[in-house]
Amino acid sequence: MISVTGVTKRFGDYTALDDVSLEVPDGSLTALLGPSGSGKSTLLRIIGGLESPDAGRVVIHGEDQTSVAPQRRGIGFVFQHYAAFKHMTVRDNVAFGLTVRKRPKAEVAAKVDELLEIVGLAGYQKRYPSQLSGGQRQRMALARALAVEPKVLLLDEPFGALDAKVRADLREWLRKLHEEVHVTTLLVTHDQEEAMSIADQIAVMDHSRIEQVGTPRELYDRPETPFVMRFLGPVTQLGEALVRPHDIALSVDARPGSFEAQVARVVHLGFEVRAELVLGDGEEIAVQLTRGEADELEIAVGDIVHVRSTVLPRALAGGAAREPEPDALSA
Amino acid sequence: MTVDRRWRISLRVLALGYLALLLLVPVGLIFFRTFEHGVMGVWESITTPAAIHAFWLTIEVTAIAVPLNTLFGIVMAIALARGNWRGKGLVNALIDLPFAVSPVVIGLSLILVYGVNGWLGGALADAGIQVIFSVPGIVLATIFVSLPFVVREVTPVLREIGDEQEQAAATLGAGGWTTFRRITLPAIRWGVAYGVILSVARCIGEFGAVSVVSGKISGQTETLTLLVEKRFANFDLAGAYAASALLALIALGTLLAMTMIKPRREEGDA
Repeated sequence: MISVTGVTKRFGDYTALDDVSLEVPDGSLTALLGPSGSGKSTLLRIIGGLESPDAGRVVIHGEDQTSVAPQRRGIGFVFQHYAAFKHMTVRDNVAFGLTVRKRPKAEVAAKVDELLEIVGLAGYQKRYPSQLSGGQRQRMALARALAVEPKVLLLDEPFGALDAKVRADLREWLRKLHEEVHVTTLLVTHDQEEAMSIADQIAVMDHSRIEQVGTPRELYDRPETPFVMRFLGPVTQLGEALVRPHDIALSVDARPGSFEAQVARVVHLGFEVRAELVLGDGEEIAVQLTRGEADELEIAVGDIVHVRSTVLPRALAGGAAREPEPDALSA
Repeated sequence: MTVDRRWRISLRVLALGYLALLLLVPVGLIFFRTFEHGVMGVWESITTPAAIHAFWLTIEVTAIAVPLNTLFGIVMAIALARGNWRGKGLVNALIDLPFAVSPVVIGLSLILVYGVNGWLGGALADAGIQVIFSVPGIVLATIFVSLPFVVREVTPVLREIGDEQEQAAATLGAGGWTTFRRITLPAIRWGVAYGVILSVARCIGEFGAVSVVSGKISGQTETLTLLVEKRFANFDLAGAYAASALLALIALGTLLAMTMIKPRREEGDA
């Protein structure tokens, strides 16, 4: 388990982390999710020992590591831009941590071959990083980090420099790898879809603080702050409430709590239909419908319709309540 | 298209002509004049005791100055590129001083410090160490003038490669020395090599500062460049040409070494 308590970090006048606490359970894959500048990478680097906190403690597997050098923390770190050792072959890259530890040659060779097999780079031993694609380089970096059998694996935007297709593949692959290797993993990302699809626990960060920690489902269904709600998926403002576009119902006639709106655009996306509406006060909203619903209503541009939320309004106005009662939120 | 082409060709002719007039013709003429009256004369004039001594003194001074400056240059480049300390800007500016100040002035300033009546010279003379008008002075002057090359070649390379590889090595358990030896040094090796070659060229060719501090004692403190100048001043033109040709040969050898490593340097380690 990684346990971070009351960590604060300042760079000059800028506070990158403001009294942050976080627990990463053993064997979990936890995502640190947030916009750039939210402090997530700094938190990861502090856990890895690449930065030292101004205040607070970092405990890994029960041992206080706050002032321990990165060399002796027993971590594996993967960087966004791979940090491949460019003058070394793939084999030497992966073997680096083991040769530093002066392990016997035969053991190193066996371990390297085994890891390259796991990350799908068997047969690439003699290549140089410049002869690999971005995705391959990052898999090599992962093998390199795993070679020293780290207690925890820290990934800093590992797929951030890759194109969308490769990113989706690698995400899937990492999930499977984690199920095989089962090392406690903390992954930094700014991509909510990535965090939702890969992690069993997500910590959402904003403005140098952790906003909320929970499973992807909990965060999506029961966000505690407007920020978390907005960051985890598209939202629409309906009256006082923030609503997801798929939680809005359309009807021809007025219903209790409904608002009148005019259809501005209808976009057919296969099974899903997106309707863009303009409310009476000029506010534009987006509604997500199934094709069946849209056909039934026969909505067309210019129609006047009535919209209402199909879920209870969420008690997160203002965002001042950082730790609201869970009961008040579960609808 | 044709206008473009004409323009391109005339630019090339201009550039090549400039190079030829300023570099190739003078250097070529030296070789021509040297070997004008046969090889024997040349051989005799570069194998006089004074010439042999000057040759070995030049090599000796270079062999001391270049390793020292390489060591200093690498350490200083790491401090400048990676460190964050007070006075970094000032030190960074000071490193260029040998480029900015005329070598003659450097020589004179060394005399002010290490001369018999100088700031340190008196104490050193009492201890039996003579710096000025002696080999240590020549070494000092040569180190001074060739100091910036390695620093200036290595610092931008270090900045460009960044410190992520070094951080990765640290997380994999490598200590400072291991990281330097296995990660940093291989990454900057072409920068270091280029800096060393430039330093060697400068050390061999240095005249101004060395001429002030050496005292030009034949067979003792006379380097190759000083020998050329002395022979020229004494109307021994053939001898001056021969010694010049020797200098030019060493310089060409260094240049050749440089072009041999240069493609590998540009190819980089993408």
